[in-house]
Amino acid sequence: MTGGDGDLTTLIACHECDLLHRVKPVDDEHTAKCVRCGATLYQERKNSVDRTLALAFTGLILFIISNVFPFMSFELEGRSQDNTLISGVIEMYRADLWGLAMVVLLMSIVFPLVNLMGILYVLIPLKMNKRPWMLAKSFRVLDLLHPWGMTEVYMLGVFVAYVKLSDLATITPGIALYSFAVLLIVSAAATASFDPRIVWEKVEQPQ
Amino acid sequence: MSAGTLTAAKAGLVSCHACDLLVNRKSLARDPHPACPRCGTSMHQRKPDSLNRTWALLIAAAVLYIPANVYPIMTVISFGKGAPDTIYSGVVHLIEADQLPIAALVFFASIAVPVLKLVGLSYLLLSIQFKSIWRPRDRTVLYRVIEAVGRWSMIDIFMISILVALVKLGTIATIEPGAGATSFAAVVILTMFSSMSFDPRLMWDAVEDTDG
Repeated sequence: MTGGDGDLTTLIACHECDLLHRVKPVDDEHTAKCVRCGATLYQERKNSVDRTLALAFTGLILFIISNVFPFMSFELEGRSQDNTLISGVIEMYRADLWGLAMVVLLMSIVFPLVNLMGILYVLIPLKMNKRPWMLAKSFRVLDLLHPWGMTEVYMLGVFVAYVKLSDLATITPGIALYSFAVLLIVSAAATASFDPRIVWEKVEQPQ
Repeated sequence: MSAGTLTAAKAGLVSCHACDLLVNRKSLARDPHPACPRCGTSMHQRKPDSLNRTWALLIAAAVLYIPANVYPIMTVISFGKGAPDTIYSGVVHLIEADQLPIAALVFFASIAVPVLKLVGLSYLLLSIQFKSIWRPRDRTVLYRVIEAVGRWSMIDIFMISILVALVKLGTIATIEPGAGATSFAAVVILTMFSSMSFDPRLMWDAVEDTDG
């Protein structure tokens, strides 16, 4: 088959088994799945740009709160210890485990922030009908970094740490912990409501 | 043509893994490093050198799996006495403290998931190398599960980072991170890269070849 390019834009190949499908509109918030292997082909998202922008802005505010305010405090035999989100990174660096400190810094702070900023960088100009500089590349970087931002995994780590210490000492969650919990929901929602096809349509438009 | 029975490869098309654009293979053939005409990502019919890269990263992870489990991930120093904790003893302590749901969670994330990834990816790689046509859909689901659960193994690493920051009360109680933690983080990262370089379409290629 050697269809022209006009044909090809209505087709999509499954990422997991390479089977070709014809792109058909699906209902809002529904997912088109591969008939052979069941992988997700594409999703229809309502008001994708506005929704994602609102969530990303909310996320940015929560991110700042999560990093500035105390995260948890620990009290044992009358002595107490406050910490913030970045304290763990600093302590690991001091213990000469700089590799580990770097990994935790990237996954719990840097990549989640880059993800939010990246969404804003791509969508604010698109909303104003402009094309951001290096749109395709920026979106590609955003896509590649996405699996490495691990706010939700970090949250479970907090939970396990809390359980481990709760017998031993008094642990008080701080404002940052609550805002971090909301942040992970908001940033997951922002990513889920982002329809990448908006980006590719814009890339195709003549400037 | 009827969509839903033909693969892109058989139709002479290459799919861009970033933006899903389909491009005629012939129009890419002249370029030694073809890029997607829409988004500029380099294009390949299948992920480049997938089997070798996946094996290499997986073997590196398997080697590091040993120090990750043998060396302590952290040491709790309380009133001068140090109690080193490995991944495994961390789970045992949670069971002893009657925190069964949390123990199950940590067991799943820190012990079951890394083993599932090492064994599962090895099995998927071997199934491709032996050109298996057995239940390709289920094997694709296995791959999808491996991709989805991989990152959750970082729970223990984040837990340690929180514990060392919180518990530093001099001689009363201090928690120090251990060398096992670095190896364990490396295992998680290497297996994530390994599953990213795996191409599940290779499983379906074997099925296509047998169907004629």
